[in-house]
Amino acid sequence: MSFITRGFGGRSRDRDERLPPGQTLVHDFPVLSAGPTPEVDTADWAFTIHTETGVDHRWTWDDLMALPIEDVSTDIHCVTHWSKLGTSWRGIALDTLFADVETGYDYTMAHSYGGYTTNVPLDDLLDGKAWVAFEFDGEPLPAEHGGPARLIVPHLYFWKSAKWVRGLDMIERDEPGFWEQNGYHLRGDPWKEERYW
Amino acid sequence: MIARPRSAWHVATVVSTRPETPGSARIDLDVAGWPGNEAGQHLDVRLTAPDGYTATRSYSIASSGGSTRVVLAVDRVPDGEVSPFLVDELRVGDRVEVHGPLGGFFVWRPDPITAGAPSPGHRRDPDPSAAPRPVQLVGGGSGVVPLFAMASAHAAARDATPFRLLYSVRSPSDLFFADELAALATGDPEQPGALRVDLVYTRRAPDGDPRPVGRITRERLEATVLPAGAAPRVFVCGSTGFVEAVASWLLELGHRAQDIRTERFGGT
Ligand SMILES: Cc1cc2nc3c(=O)[nH]c(=O)nc-3n(C[C@H](O)[C@H](O)[C@H](O)COP(=O)(O)OP(=O)(O)OC[C@H]3O[C@@H](n4cnc5c(N)ncnc54)[C@H](O)[C@@H]3O)c2cc1C
Repeated sequence: MSFITRGFGGRSRDRDERLPPGQTLVHDFPVLSAGPTPEVDTADWAFTIHTETGVDHRWTWDDLMALPIEDVSTDIHCVTHWSKLGTSWRGIALDTLFADVETGYDYTMAHSYGGYTTNVPLDDLLDGKAWVAFEFDGEPLPAEHGGPARLIVPHLYFWKSAKWVRGLDMIERDEPGFWEQNGYHLRGDPWKEERYW
Repeated sequence: MIARPRSAWHVATVVSTRPETPGSARIDLDVAGWPGNEAGQHLDVRLTAPDGYTATRSYSIASSGGSTRVVLAVDRVPDGEVSPFLVDELRVGDRVEVHGPLGGFFVWRPDPITAGAPSPGHRRDPDPSAAPRPVQLVGGGSGVVPLFAMASAHAAARDATPFRLLYSVRSPSDLFFADELAALATGDPEQPGALRVDLVYTRRAPDGDPRPVGRITRERLEATVLPAGAAPRVFVCGSTGFVEAVASWLLELGHRAQDIRTERFGGT
């Protein structure tokens, strides 16, 4: 139903093919958070994958650092219409973390320090699609961007890349997390503009 | 899941537009099919150029309730793509696309027990955010927009919840909703619907104002907001830098993270 807005020319023609529909290229790094930024010390930090059998797979910060670290260069797309291209991160692939995890469930709920949750299907986390990242642009990840560590699932809108991540619960059926209960789409594919429900 | 109207694209027609301050405009829209919105929600505005290029930005809604009239207040960001167009170019009768209402968390709902009037639809029950607790609003610049919607909804409902607004602004001429806020803040502070407004001027204060001019500090915040002991629900809105600073000071002052809701507009 789109129609031309009288008098609007638009500033840029950043019609980079890497930009999904409705996104604008930015060079700064905006912040989307529903509350204050939690301060989490790496000494207290741990990441836990909890499965239906009750087994917990748990990594402390030192455990995490002992795993193979990957360099990730990726575009990121926020639901609030900004994208950054070619961002660089370092982190641990979810494939590595899931190597010894036995589960029959297809969905996960990511939990964060500060209480936030977001649901992500397991398929969206495996096969080189997601990481627990702790470095951005060569520096430790700042707290306002999710440090000490956040999930990055860059092929989905960036709210799925849970900041201050503390773990994943395997769940049987897809359920809305915090952001999804507050109006964001259950899956969030930027190329399909799955912003809101 | 949640009984809330689905957000959708709508065509909005500009009913009026006028300078709100030298750097901003208040834009009244009539949105055909708008399902109404809660105080604090926002919408997306999409502009389309003749060659099909589109630009989309989020704007908070200064109004709330079931009406199809929606009020925005937009600050001109220098060299911005969308805000200068909205502030300077938009005319009565122009049409733009809007998507909403959006955001189910940064909202305030009148207290169903103490409010004199029923709340305007779409409430979600049971909702802990509806419990009668004092409310502290903290806004910087255009960040006052959703907070003004909350204060207006609170007044319209004659809600007995104590309500305070701390508003940081460059100078007296940069105040958004100056007349409306002044009107809300007059009258008996003990009466339902009352609002107390505290202003912090960052560049220039009114003549004779004894308070210091400058960015808000932790000390100023502590001296002005409801103390953590009063267990207020706190809504903080403004540029990302403003919200980061205020929210982290609130934590240091003993407010609980779950009592602080934030909306970051961007910038630094
Ligand atoms: C949920 C939400 C609600 C919002 N509500 C309002 C509102 O009620 N009123 C309002 O005026 N704005 C509001 N904003 C900000 C608005 O969405 C735009 O970001 C703003 O109008 C700038 O857009 P632009 O196209 O003019 O600038 P752009 O071309 O996008 O940006 C130009 C430059 O300005 C910087 N910038 C972007 N936003 C800001 C900002 N807010 N302050 C300072 N610098 C900035 C950018 O980083 C960029 O460098 C809201 C944002 C969000 C996320």
